Amino acid sequence: MEQSPAARIRAHPKFAELTARRGRYATVLSIVMLVIYYGFILLVAFAPGILGTPLVAGGVTTVGIPVGVVIILAAFVLTGLYVNRANTEFDALNQQILEDTK
Amino acid sequence: MIGRICLSGAFALLVTLLLHPSLGLAADAVSGEVQRQPLNIPAIVMFFAFVLATLGITYWAAKRTRSAADFYAAGGGVTGFQNGLAIAGDYMSAASFLGISGLVFTSGFDGLIYSIGFLVGWPIILFMMAERLRNLGKYTFADVASYRLQQTPIRSLAALGTLTVVAFYLIAQMVGAGKLIELLFGLDYMIAVILVGCLMILYVTFGGMLATTWVQIIKAVLLLSGATFMALAVLWHYSFSFEAMFADAVRVHPKGVAIMAPGALVTDPISAISLGLALMFGTAGLPHILMRFFTVPDAKQARRSVFYATGFIGYFYILTFIIGFGAITLVMTNPAFMTAAGEVLGGSNMAAIHLANAVGGNLFLGFISAVAFATILAVVAGLTLAGASAVSHDLYASVIARGRTTEADEIRVSKVATIVLGVVAIALGILFEQQNIAFMVGLAFAIAASCNFPILLLSMYWKGLTTRGAFIGGLLGLITAVVLVILSPTVWVTVLGNEAAIFPYKDPALFSMAVAFFGIWLFSVLDRSETARREAAAFEAQYIRSQTGLGATTASAH
Repeated sequence: MEQSPAARIRAHPKFAELTARRGRYATVLSIVMLVIYYGFILLVAFAPGILGTPLVAGGVTTVGIPVGVVIILAAFVLTGLYVNRANTEFDALNQQILEDTK
Repeated sequence: MIGRICLSGAFALLVTLLLHPSLGLAADAVSGEVQRQPLNIPAIVMFFAFVLATLGITYWAAKRTRSAADFYAAGGGVTGFQNGLAIAGDYMSAASFLGISGLVFTSGFDGLIYSIGFLVGWPIILFMMAERLRNLGKYTFADVASYRLQQTPIRSLAALGTLTVVAFYLIAQMVGAGKLIELLFGLDYMIAVILVGCLMILYVTFGGMLATTWVQIIKAVLLLSGATFMALAVLWHYSFSFEAMFADAVRVHPKGVAIMAPGALVTDPISAISLGLALMFGTAGLPHILMRFFTVPDAKQARRSVFYATGFIGYFYILTFIIGFGAITLVMTNPAFMTAAGEVLGGSNMAAIHLANAVGGNLFLGFISAVAFATILAVVAGLTLAGASAVSHDLYASVIARGRTTEADEIRVSKVATIVLGVVAIALGILFEQQNIAFMVGLAFAIAASCNFPILLLSMYWKGLTTRGAFIGGLLGLITAVVLVILSPTVWVTVLGNEAAIFPYKDPALFSMAVAFFGIWLFSVLDRSETARREAAAFEAQYIRSQTGLGATTASAH
């Protein structure tokens, strides 16, 4: 019996590999972002003094400033990491599965 | 027809204002906090240039907008880089630019907490939603949410979620626009609101998504350039030493060294977490933002859009932080920008505008004023298009006509809906002129996080989701968010004037999101109907399409 393309994709050995690898990568990066952000929020909520400590004794710039900038940069870098891998490695795998099951 | 009336009306209005600039000034005395500035000629000239350019684009786009795919999704032919800029243009509202720099101006570090919250939703959208959205959807996020569920209830609820978010967001933008233009250009509030409404109707009805996209791209480029110049001017003033800038700010700010640490904005842990949730997941449920994912040809470009958008938005928030501190040192110390009582002229939201004057003189002030207006136009155009699409694509085509309609009919309905939404927005803008609208963007984010986001997320990830669960849970989330905001200090005390708030926290998201997710889960697992079984069985095909893009909509040929 002729299978549907969807069923052939499901049966393709690489499909499980694709969803597992991409899913794992997305989950790890999501967790990293959530931990960074909620770590920051909890710090703001429970220990605002830490973020308000001057970087150097006698200085004005506090720990919170570089921490904030680093979080913004981290958000950008994390999206870059994901797009880089998803658009090359994962998409190649995806394309191969689609070609094989046409 | 109505479009033409509006066009000629707007034109007549512009001509009148140009020829009789005194009209705007001579109108009734300004009530409320707004103190009108003298008519700013460079600002008006630059604003005109922007309006003419965008109307030219609308004309160009109108000739290319024929099918429904063109109207809702710009034919799916926008590149990832363009879409990233357009997303940034859609997201960086006047509230972000003026509001966050104003917040930095008054509270220092606290402004950064908001900026970070507004930004960190983007990586989450990318990791969890972007490619699945693009693979499953066509024009609206309801396409994805209702993919394997019953069309009528899910699309109705999605349209309700969309329209409530759009309404609150629009009111905030319209009132902001009216006050800002009154202050910047010396025009009458009502004329300003009507002008914004008419322009957004023109962009959307004639140019659809293509015109809206380019208005957003141009605005994003203008805003990023203007903000870059201001931040560089501030840093140059301090020989690029942040320490020197902060030291100067601490010296002149009434709160002193407290501006360098988290302050009164986030008082208790529950509020902090609730605010964090609303900012992060609200972004992932904003209908006008989600719609942008259907304008790119495939999942690859969808991912790339988020990467660029995150970069532009993050860069912009770093700039607003510098601009806020620059305003402390350069605006607060200049008597020309301050009232006798030590308040900044026009309120703290005008800090960035005064800074533009301080670092670049009248000409640059005109540029930044025109950019601020352009910012509002681009955001309201995106909001209106999202609202109109919910009416025509979800309510009309799927719920009322039950799929028995033509593309031409659907486009016609969305154009009528755009005009109605524009008129309603103008009316609400006028109605809410004297109201405290500070809570409205927060409410829009809370509803988006408590209704749209949970339905959308679970429809893509959870096989057990049923129509009944999504409908009841989503509706409960929406109602909880609205009710808790009404009972919160921001509305119950500040707006309604009661003694004490019934709900103690400013942000409802922690509670309303919990209600939504629990409700969706509970009513899904209790649903033992035949429909529920069919919906679970249909998950497999949806899952394969969401993962591989098999059968996904592709760009229309042009």
